[in-house]
Amino acid sequence: MTDWNILSIVTFLPLVGALIIAIIPADSDIARRNIRNTAFFTTVFTFLISLLIWYGFDNSSAGFQMVEKVEWIGGFMNYHMGVDGISMLFVILTTFLMPFCILASWESVQHRVKEYMIAFLVLETFMIGVFCALDLVLFYIFFEAGLIPMYLIIGVWGGKRRVYASFKFFLYTLLGSVLMLLAMMAMYWNAGTTDIPALLTHAFPAGMQTWLWLAFFASFAVKMPMWPVHTWLPDAHVEAPTAGSVVLAAILLKMGGYGFLRFSLPMFPIASMELAPIIYTLSIVAIIYTSLVALMQEDIKKLIAYSSVAHMGYVTLGIFTANIYGIQGGIYQMLSHGLVSGALFLCVGVIYDRMHTREIAAYGGLVHRMPKYAVAFMIFTMANVGLPGTSGFVGEFLVLLGAFQANTWLAFFAATGVILSAAYALWLYRRVIFGVLEKESLKQLMDLTPREKVILFPLIALVIFFGVYPMPVFDVTEASVQALINNYQAAIEAAGQVAASAQ
Amino acid sequence: MLTALDLPSLYVIGPELWLGIGAMVLLMIGVFGRRNATTLVTGLAVALIVVAGVSLWRAPDDVTALHGAFILDPFAKFMKMLALVGSAVTIAMSVNFMRREKFEKFEYPILVVLATTGMLLMISANSMLTLYLGLELQSLALYVCAALNRESAKASEAGLKYFVLGALSSGMLLYGITLVYGYTGQTTFAGIAEAISAADRSLGLIFGLVFILAGIAFKISAVPFHMWTPDVYEGAPTPITAFFAAAPKVAAMALMVRVTMQAFEPVAHDWQQIISFVSIASMVLGAFAAIGQTNIKRLMAYSSIGHMGYALVGLAAGTQAGVNGVILYMLIYMVMTLGTFAIIIGMRRKDGMVEEIADLTGLATRHPVLASVLTVLMFSLAGIPPLAGFFAKYFVFVAAIEANLVALAVIGVLSSVVGAYYYIRIIKVMWFDEAEGAVAEKFVPLASELKLVLAASFAFVALFYVFAGPVFDATTAAAASFF
Repeated sequence: MTDWNILSIVTFLPLVGALIIAIIPADSDIARRNIRNTAFFTTVFTFLISLLIWYGFDNSSAGFQMVEKVEWIGGFMNYHMGVDGISMLFVILTTFLMPFCILASWESVQHRVKEYMIAFLVLETFMIGVFCALDLVLFYIFFEAGLIPMYLIIGVWGGKRRVYASFKFFLYTLLGSVLMLLAMMAMYWNAGTTDIPALLTHAFPAGMQTWLWLAFFASFAVKMPMWPVHTWLPDAHVEAPTAGSVVLAAILLKMGGYGFLRFSLPMFPIASMELAPIIYTLSIVAIIYTSLVALMQEDIKKLIAYSSVAHMGYVTLGIFTANIYGIQGGIYQMLSHGLVSGALFLCVGVIYDRMHTREIAAYGGLVHRMPKYAVAFMIFTMANVGLPGTSGFVGEFLVLLGAFQANTWLAFFAATGVILSAAYALWLYRRVIFGVLEKESLKQLMDLTPREKVILFPLIALVIFFGVYPMPVFDVTEASVQALINNYQAAIEAAGQVAASAQ
Repeated sequence: MLTALDLPSLYVIGPELWLGIGAMVLLMIGVFGRRNATTLVTGLAVALIVVAGVSLWRAPDDVTALHGAFILDPFAKFMKMLALVGSAVTIAMSVNFMRREKFEKFEYPILVVLATTGMLLMISANSMLTLYLGLELQSLALYVCAALNRESAKASEAGLKYFVLGALSSGMLLYGITLVYGYTGQTTFAGIAEAISAADRSLGLIFGLVFILAGIAFKISAVPFHMWTPDVYEGAPTPITAFFAAAPKVAAMALMVRVTMQAFEPVAHDWQQIISFVSIASMVLGAFAAIGQTNIKRLMAYSSIGHMGYALVGLAAGTQAGVNGVILYMLIYMVMTLGTFAIIIGMRRKDGMVEEIADLTGLATRHPVLASVLTVLMFSLAGIPPLAGFFAKYFVFVAAIEANLVALAVIGVLSSVVGAYYYIRIIKVMWFDEAEGAVAEKFVPLASELKLVLAASFAFVALFYVFAGPVFDATTAAAASFF
């Protein structure tokens, strides 16, 4: 499987699609239809090929697979690609969600279709690249380059305050990332390489680890986003077009969590252990505080955005408990949140396309006109709450289990978030879907179109499937996570022995 | 000493000779030629620079000439090539502009050729005398260029301001040179370095060093010697601004590197502090002062101040990696600048040139290709990967981190975030805003030479990661000259 550079093909295939679209003229309806079709088939094709990664993946191996390595820029850095149990499923999640994003923009985007599709396909390349990169600089390039298309997507096709939101998104994320870049340079001088597999076995001096950890934290905490640097997210989510929100919530936020797992925890284990209380505190604050904030929102997208911050709190909490339950739960929560939040934004998109408002107060009683929509929205709301039987439950439960092992109070506070999330999600559902249909403008609403069914039904199936049978995911991640934890424990013990012998 | 001429030297200084003699011949053609000699002179000037480039290509590596006052090492060769390319491209970019503005003066290409001769001398300077000769030849030609458009009050103001401040900086430089000569008794760089390491460093020598660095900092428009830049950039005709922004910066930066790394290598600790300060001041001022600008040429002036600050980060490290970073930075900076100016020169409506940022409003709907190219250039200037500007910043900051200049690096990257704001503001104007009224009128089609420059610059910036390897090897070889 590995001798045909499958990761590079999957990564750069969307770029090829973007180049094809670039040479199609966009001056007629037929041409615009061709552009949409090209974009759609590119993403579908990319998804199908990416399934071969899963098919060829060896679950029993903890190392990197399907590795490609070419020397680059005078040996200063390498073009090094590969996936392991932690990153592989994020690649699949990305390629899986992209066709839905294209479909969701089918009718709602009529203005500058060509540029829109190019931006999305370029963005897909960068997102896949982030999860495949096995070189610090290559990772940074993909990580940061994603800002360019996302800035344009929010700014050109966004809502009323799109300019403010796009600038805030761009500068906030850039600010976090440049500090990480400096840390990467320091790692290069300390270890003499930017190769991630080599750095994973390199032991950085304990004093240096703290600084490096903080620099990486600056970047990933913003990306994740963690309280209190989350404020760009509600703005970006609210103003972005539907597909932009989906990509933001489902994939871009996961880069933060992935970064913690790939860099912070394994490369700076001592700092991770020492600074974990900070993460715990911020996570708990995020879970409780942003849930309360979500309760007070009057904009549907903003409410979901705050709920994303709260759910990402579980992820950071799980990752830094550094036990098998916490980390597995964190990864599962990220994947599940990718599906569920993406689906929720798509659901908002469905009614936004009809009514062109996101005000909760503008809706009510939709169940009378849109029963199928009500069912779909209900399932995703329940998954967001973490109801057993949906994918949201598995992740949250494991994280709470991991947190309980680390600290009982931690689990206690985190569990209150479950109740709060039920409160805001169910209340949102009641205000939008139930009640009497009394607003004149809502009385002509049509239920889901076939295109929307194609978008929502597969997601429903997956959310329930992974809620009932999570093993396909755990099979993939287990070996890598176990290896990560073993290395982490070994590093902590070694540091403890050094400290003991010094006394 | 009394040998009138050592003939092998002629071979080494071939490019300078070609340009110098060629400029005289072109002047004759311009004066005695018929009325429309400008086109001919312009074409011949470009050809002359190409000939000088070939002569440079064939010249030997690692030799000194003129009794050690002139050096041609791989570093000099690389930077000279850059300067020649910059000059040739800017002459070519001016052709159409001059014709449309009814501003055809055959003196312009000749002045550029003379300035280029000065730049080549600066880059090859191995003694304080050659340094001063080259610098003055270049500067005087540039002063006249700035004021070339006599009918424009702004251009005259720019020229005068440039001249007065430039003369001041030359005076400081000369004063520094005399101090250094007084305390070391040497004018060649090697001799100065030897004299410094033989004796203890004296306060007078450090004074001289400060004055010399101040004089050169003026030429690269580094803070606090930057005041002339925005006015001159704005006042001078746009192709001349493009010229100012590209080749002279390369030459002056090469001079800065050679003076610090060669003549004052033994007192590296002293000049590192100066360079660090100048670098930080330039980066911060470039980032903040550009925010309020509405004229795109003024904006590019502040942008170039900031970029010089970033390039100096590499020099502040004072290591081989640092010098390598400076060389790479200047290469990438020049390509990005020329590309951006190709667009600014092309900002012309039926009734004349425009140069306000507001004139770019809604460019993406009127000229999608032009807007896309400018977007890529702006992201690259902001240092966003995977574009060339990112790699430029990456290598200077890597060097700074290696040299343990953490504070400098942190301030540098933070100011690059501030700087990103005004670059993405231009992108916002082009893509997010809708044009109304006079602004919505299309630009006249770009002249073909501008298109060519733009295509080359775009390909370099957008695909830099593909051929970064060979470029990096070349800059590494050039940087090795000092170690």
